[in-house]
Amino acid sequence: MEEKFINLTLKVWRQKQGEKKGKIETYQAKNISTDASFLEMLDIVNDDLTIKGIEPIAFDHDCREGICGMCGQVVNGYAHGEEKGTTLCQLHMRRFKDGDTVFIEPFRAKAFKVVKDLVVDRSAFDKIIQAGGYITAKAGGAPDANIFPVTYETCELAMNAAECIGCGACVAACPNASAMLFVSAKISHLALLPQGRPEAAKRALGMVRAMDACGFGNCSNERECEASCPKNISITNIARMNREFLSAGVCSTAM
Amino acid sequence: MQLNSNVPSGPLETKWDRYKFDLKKVNPANKRKFEIIVVGTGLAGGSAAATLADLGYHVKNFCIQDSPRRAHSIAAQGGINAAKNYPGDGDSVQNLFYDTIKGGDYRAREANVYRLAQNANNIIDHCVATGVPFAREYGGLHANRSFGGAQVSRTFYARGQTGQQLLLGVYGQLSRQIGLGGVEMYPRRDILDVVIVDGCARGVICRNLVTGEIESHSAHAVVLATGGYDNVYFLSTSGMHSNVSACWAAYKKGAAFANPCYTQIHPTCITVHGDYQSKLTLMSESLRNDGRIWVPKKAGDNRSPDQIPEDERDYYLERKYPSFGNLVPRDVASRNAKLACDEGRGVGNTGLAVYLDFSDAIKRDGEDVIRAKYGNLFQMYDKIQDEDPYKVPMKIYPAIHYVMGGTWVDYNLMTTRDGLFCLGGANFSDHGANRLGASALMQGLSDGYFVLPYTIGGYLATQSLADVNTSHQAFKDAEKQLNEKLNKLMNINGKRTVDDIHKELGHYMWEYCGMARNDAGLKEAIQKISALREEFWQNVNVTGTSKDFNQTLEKGYRLADYLEFGELLARDALTRTESCGGHFREESQTEENEAKRDDENFCHVAAWEYAGEGKDPILNKEPLVFENVKLTQRSYK
Ligand SMILES: Cc1cc2nc3c(=O)[nH]c(=O)nc-3n(C[C@H](O)[C@H](O)[C@H](O)COP(=O)(O)OP(=O)(O)OC[C@H]3O[C@@H](n4cnc5c(N)ncnc54)[C@H](O)[C@@H]3O)c2cc1C
Ligand code: SF4
Ligand code: FES
Repeated sequence: MEEKFINLTLKVWRQKQGEKKGKIETYQAKNISTDASFLEMLDIVNDDLTIKGIEPIAFDHDCREGICGMCGQVVNGYAHGEEKGTTLCQLHMRRFKDGDTVFIEPFRAKAFKVVKDLVVDRSAFDKIIQAGGYITAKAGGAPDANIFPVTYETCELAMNAAECIGCGACVAACPNASAMLFVSAKISHLALLPQGRPEAAKRALGMVRAMDACGFGNCSNERECEASCPKNISITNIARMNREFLSAGVCSTAM
Repeated sequence: MQLNSNVPSGPLETKWDRYKFDLKKVNPANKRKFEIIVVGTGLAGGSAAATLADLGYHVKNFCIQDSPRRAHSIAAQGGINAAKNYPGDGDSVQNLFYDTIKGGDYRAREANVYRLAQNANNIIDHCVATGVPFAREYGGLHANRSFGGAQVSRTFYARGQTGQQLLLGVYGQLSRQIGLGGVEMYPRRDILDVVIVDGCARGVICRNLVTGEIESHSAHAVVLATGGYDNVYFLSTSGMHSNVSACWAAYKKGAAFANPCYTQIHPTCITVHGDYQSKLTLMSESLRNDGRIWVPKKAGDNRSPDQIPEDERDYYLERKYPSFGNLVPRDVASRNAKLACDEGRGVGNTGLAVYLDFSDAIKRDGEDVIRAKYGNLFQMYDKIQDEDPYKVPMKIYPAIHYVMGGTWVDYNLMTTRDGLFCLGGANFSDHGANRLGASALMQGLSDGYFVLPYTIGGYLATQSLADVNTSHQAFKDAEKQLNEKLNKLMNINGKRTVDDIHKELGHYMWEYCGMARNDAGLKEAIQKISALREEFWQNVNVTGTSKDFNQTLEKGYRLADYLEFGELLARDALTRTESCGGHFREESQTEENEAKRDDENFCHVAAWEYAGEGKDPILNKEPLVFENVKLTQRSYK
């Protein structure tokens, strides 16, 4: 598509640090190249606000190539915007039309408090991983890497789950603000690999308990998480997690 | 300044083992009494923090992002080297060592590089044990791929996301230690100063990025693993938070900065398309196996590529380097792309691009074969450029990708300041003047999992450190100084935004300290950077308040440091009148316009020492001694 320059009206959530409430402000994004990314569009708007003496819009980002999981906003009602399999930083302005009004809000969930404007606190995800999302291994005691063969197919399945970037879009998209897709992705990744089996039961119990303690909601099979996930993490992982969790509950030594 | 590399004597092959044996050890019960600050949660910092805590030390770990899992190591694509010899193609530790030291154009320390090669296999084993799903063959064993600068297949990979999977492995280990209480994690913090007491590093000063509070943290030793300073160029393949600030603060507190001018420019990146652009995206080196690089023969030819007949195209790499063709090393490919564009033969809207064309490969092998090899890269390209590379040649251009320079460290990874260590991308140690693909990930994990945990014990076991906490005057002074600096920045209220000035700095860096450098240009750069620095302190506009979540202020103080550091980079490039690896001085080329080293005068590490505000830095030289490899000039004709 040929590069064009478009004008947009932005309706952006602004919320001061430490305040419980915020409000939508209206800004104009002028002369935006359709080749710019969504975050670059926000950079332009922010530079413009700065010159006018208005504080720029706060938003999280780092890699800007879809891998760190730091970016994330709800754009026109969709976490990371409407385009499938795309993080916000990979969304480009050619998906918008001249004259569009764009609503921009933070990822909302009970477990994700707004820090400021579009920035939220996702540390609950870290807490869940701390409760078991790893394999215990000392640096120095590992056997040769080829000791456990893993079939090509199993490795592919594990990798599909391991691609989760921890962005939180699944939580923001879920009507119950459930973290099941995120948690199941990590449980699946490790449970599928032979080196992850010894701790599988303990891991599933620990992570699920931490998830509940952090205030995430339950899964009621809405599938919104899968639809919004920029890495196309499959909800079949949730079924695998439920199996792991149930068998962990039965085998009480893991408690 | 005394530069003692502390490399142990004796045969290369046994140096590290003997050294580990000789190192004084801290007994398990005493480890609990030691506090260690680790700055950074990338492969280097994260692995160090987790391992130190596992050994029993009390660790405080800091990072800028909201979670340790987001360090820029996550973005590495291609893979990580080892010398497993799984494919049976004759690889060995000796081979990996040799390729890495030669790839660095003989500007790295032999003993460090050898140790890196020795640790490589342990790294793979440990990563697999922690759950990294490296690619497998159908038989269930690990698969390897080839990378530049090597004649064997030794690279382990996890699709195009090797860095992500390695970092998630590290993050798991780190999370376990956080859960167990061995690591206190401080995310969303910016380390802005290092505190020295009685000549030793005893803590840091940081800004809490959420509240804006200035915090002090004390410890028995401080480890910096803050990654590369690529963003001094504004545009690079680095993350947006890349900075030099922690290492720059360390420099001002006595930690010499080594080889700042060694930068790596990657030839195949998605092009710059407008002045609003915020970063550049890498397209893996592997594409040059099948893609042919060309530009029109005639300057200013703006026909679409399919309208340019074969005999009016210049496949300049194939023409100039018949034996290596499109697979010349990164620096050679990059310089030639620039040359073509400088001659007015660049393509695309800006004229700053060359074609990477797959049409011949598709004709030869079929689209399916090409899709199987490069599908994910083609898709990534399409997302950004909105052009289908199966039909239209990719437009690519070189971009800043990696910095080999960094804080000077000895064999223990300790800087010239006692008790202050530096790991991973932030130090200068293992890649000389040019880093080979798939070796940075290896270095980060080697430093963090397998080197520092031993050497820091050697340091702590031999010191008698006084009890120091944050009420010490040195902390108060450092806090006061930082507050003053931030207040000054907040009160300029000028007319230019931080990004605007950063882009101008990036422009000078790229023009004068980029792919080709010369005496006049570097002198001009030094002047321009220093003038821009003055303008910054008079005319920048930082909105909001300092005691708040304030991203403009963050960018502002990082830029303030880049404006000082950029000058040192140019000065180092000016002083090193030879060409080597990624550092190309136009005055020093062979008859065939290739980089020409000057081993007689420049076979050394340039370690710059801070001499005080407004004073010229002092150049110290660590001679590089090669006892095991023979220095030769590269040729790719
Ligand atoms: C696009 C891309 C692709 C790459 N591909 C490969 C590859 O295929 N193979 C390979 O070997 N290498 C590759 N590299 C290089 C490699 O990824 C890096 O060199 C390596 O990951 C650096 O690791 P690190 O731990 O030193 O730093 P990083 O991972 O950058 O981590 C830095 C850490 O320090 C923290 N930090 C920084 N400054 C401060 C501060 N002032 N205060 C507090 N915290 C701070 C950050 O928050 C972060 O946690 C690639 C690099 C890029 C950019
Ligand atoms: S499962 Fe998908 S949406 Fe959820 S955190 Fe992971 S990558 Fe993001
Ligand atoms: S900024 Fe890293 S995924 Fe978007």
